Amino acid sequence: MSVLRASSPHVHSPAAVNKVMLQVSLALVPALAAYTWLFGWGVIFNVVIAATTALASEAIIVKMRGREVITSLSDGSALLTALLLAIALPPLAPWWLIVVGTGFAIIFAKQLYGGLGYNPFNPAMVGYVVLLISFPLEMTTWLAPSGVRELSLSFSATAAYVFGGHLPAQTAIDSLTMATPLDTVKTRLGLEHTMGEILRSPVFGSIGGHGWEIVNGLVLLGGLWMLFKRIITWHVPVAMLGTLFVVSGLFHLVNPDHYSGPLFHIASGGALLGAFFIATDPVSGATSNRGRIIFGIGAGLITFIIRAWGGYPDGVAFSVLLMNMAAPTIDYYTRPRVFGHKGSH
Amino acid sequence: MSHLLHTFPGGLHLPGNKDMSTGTALTEAPIPKRLIIPLQQHIGAPAKPVVEVGDSVLKGQVLAQPEGYVSAPIHASSSGTVIAIEDHPVPHPSGLTAPCIVIETDGEDRWIEHGGNPDYTNLDPSDLRNLIRDAGIVGLGGAGFPAFIKLNPGARTELDTLIINGAECEPYISCDDMLMREHADQVILGARIMRHALHAKQCMIGIEDNKPEAIAAIGEALDNLDEKGIELVVVPTRYPTGGEKQLIKVLTGKEVPAQGLPIDIGIVCHNVATAASVFRAVDQGEPLIQRIVTVTGHGAAHPKNLIVRIGSPIKDVLQAAGGDNGVPYDLIMGGPMMGFTLTGDELPTTKTTNCLLLATQKDAAEKGPVRPCIRCGECAQVCPALLLPQQLYWHARAKDFDKAQDYNLFDCIECGCCAYVCPSNLPLVQYYRFAKTEIWSQEREKKAADKARERHEFRQFRIEREKAEKAARHKSRAKAVKKDSADSDKKAAIQAAMERAKAKREATEVQPKNTENLTEAQKKQIAEAEARRNDPKTQSAGQASEDKE
Repeated sequence: MSVLRASSPHVHSPAAVNKVMLQVSLALVPALAAYTWLFGWGVIFNVVIAATTALASEAIIVKMRGREVITSLSDGSALLTALLLAIALPPLAPWWLIVVGTGFAIIFAKQLYGGLGYNPFNPAMVGYVVLLISFPLEMTTWLAPSGVRELSLSFSATAAYVFGGHLPAQTAIDSLTMATPLDTVKTRLGLEHTMGEILRSPVFGSIGGHGWEIVNGLVLLGGLWMLFKRIITWHVPVAMLGTLFVVSGLFHLVNPDHYSGPLFHIASGGALLGAFFIATDPVSGATSNRGRIIFGIGAGLITFIIRAWGGYPDGVAFSVLLMNMAAPTIDYYTRPRVFGHKGSH
Repeated sequence: MSHLLHTFPGGLHLPGNKDMSTGTALTEAPIPKRLIIPLQQHIGAPAKPVVEVGDSVLKGQVLAQPEGYVSAPIHASSSGTVIAIEDHPVPHPSGLTAPCIVIETDGEDRWIEHGGNPDYTNLDPSDLRNLIRDAGIVGLGGAGFPAFIKLNPGARTELDTLIINGAECEPYISCDDMLMREHADQVILGARIMRHALHAKQCMIGIEDNKPEAIAAIGEALDNLDEKGIELVVVPTRYPTGGEKQLIKVLTGKEVPAQGLPIDIGIVCHNVATAASVFRAVDQGEPLIQRIVTVTGHGAAHPKNLIVRIGSPIKDVLQAAGGDNGVPYDLIMGGPMMGFTLTGDELPTTKTTNCLLLATQKDAAEKGPVRPCIRCGECAQVCPALLLPQQLYWHARAKDFDKAQDYNLFDCIECGCCAYVCPSNLPLVQYYRFAKTEIWSQEREKKAADKARERHEFRQFRIEREKAEKAARHKSRAKAVKKDSADSDKKAAIQAAMERAKAKREATEVQPKNTENLTEAQKKQIAEAEARRNDPKTQSAGQASEDKE
């Protein structure tokens, strides 16, 4: 006859982990659609391969750990990791790259730490960084967005490349790909070009990269929707993007030839994706609002430092992972003053 | 309202579901055939029965007297015969049994002679407190703390604020609402008496804004009684505004110090129903023998509020309210956020029974699967104590109780907000209760162990001392024996043995001086006691039983 939980409270809000994960995944859909539209079928392959790998590896490990597979798969976290990786990886990538990245994310970064809720690092970013370090060539072979690129690959041609590694006859990979906007900036600044000269390259659009700015705009839209739905709080995105904006703005003011503008920083690379979808990951982030602000500031700062002076064109993945490492310490030092207690801890 | 309101951290907007039970006027539940009146319905020591099985008792007659300061007397809530004083299941989260006085009612409901003091202003505050104590009044908001203690300003000559709590923030419950609607004057008059007892500078009645009828009734009563010294303050509806610390914060902006009491900051808080009972006790001499109980939930055929005699079996109360409507339900005492499920309806209602919730699936949707904590921090956002529930959960689960206390586990008021919002469906409050209980029992064990160790150490010390004394005596005796060379070795050995026995006797039994003129029986008793004292088996048993205390 018992309809209730044994101990109070006997009522519960409709909130549920799987709902949250599903909503975050939904918020990514417009950006994924635009990514596919602008960069071709490869994105769809990314999504399908990543999702299959994530769910399969999650199921296998959970089974091996003697836990319930259905409960684990239905929480939606593995799927979300897959989607985040799919949108972060190059739009034309060989299948094994996606499998290795996603498999590593789920098996090593998540399940070996104890599964959902126990991973100290964001699994998608761990997978991404593993690939970035291990397979630099594949990870920097980016398709040019449509409008810039002369050729486009059909669905079957894309499939042939993803699974077989060959392109249609008379098509060189170089004719399809080009450096990402951030990569272009990094390389050409190294060649002593000024920002003014660099930005004249066709890869740039009005704010960020050509095409990229649309994808990132939809990432922003998804992020704002999550804010509106109270799936995330404003603290991390505002702190991270605000810091990136202010710091890059300062350097840009001092030396506009050598430092790209703040809007470009925000609209390019993984800044928006990182700020709304990755750094807001509750499991690996700070939990208090004050802690989240510190987390965001740190992530924004490290992103800028890596972009401006580091060895990689973008630094979002590294900055999030570094801040993940700092999260327990941040949590410890940002404990709120308990009601009725004097001062903070 | 010109009153400046403050806010407390966290909290929730919950569906109130109070309209369900406020549609019909208060009615009195009939006299049940049997009354089961627990000896402990309050915080503190259980009361001690002063009636015996077979005694006939009158309504309002004292059945049990308080034991110690923090305790309260128990009265008969109707006339009849005491048929048993025995253990009976009582409403308690753990399904405990406890001593109860069972009365078979005679249906005549004859009152004991009683009279009031309508002019309470002539009474000294301490007499007033005694009167309230004798009436068995305890906090009716839920905790059941003896009210007279909270009407004692203690060392303070004057108290700053008396707060009358009419917030009633927990969903479904409407007993205070109905009391204020129908007996607003009693609440105001009770508040006046309390204020007199406390010498409080100001007095406020706080009511959540989801009770417009109660607010209007209290406002009207204040006007009719021309009471200018009591301020009616309407507070926003937000769970758990009715928590003492939360309401104090909302009304005064002050925080009750952790581990402290409101009186530490010059504030005392009483529930509206307690105020009304104080009025009836002082004005009419009527002890606390009835209270208003809300019977509600989608399992109840006719949700409503009833005036119930304390000790009425829950079954009778439910019947008086029209029974259930056939849908499977769980019986909860209290509200859905802090109430506890009852094991059956044979249990009695007590002074702190504010609500009987017949909760069906409509009231509490089926819970989803429990998933791991994802550290989303929603719990911390809603915690009115500003705790980090996710950390407390982590440490409680790991049984790292030191760490849990480090995160201020004992500031948790178990309001349930954290568990309500948890997307992983974790039974957080259950973990905190578990941790608290474990810590308490560890502390008890530690205390007992300390006591036992102290005893053991003292015993070791005593034995050592006795040994040393004995050795010293032997030495001197031995010297004397040596001198007496005429005695044979055998004789010397016998002598020494006798001496040893004597010394031992002397050492262990310091003879009391007043034992000369004893009767044989007394001597025997002493001998028995002595034997018990020297028997190591009974000694350790005695220790163990003492340690349990």
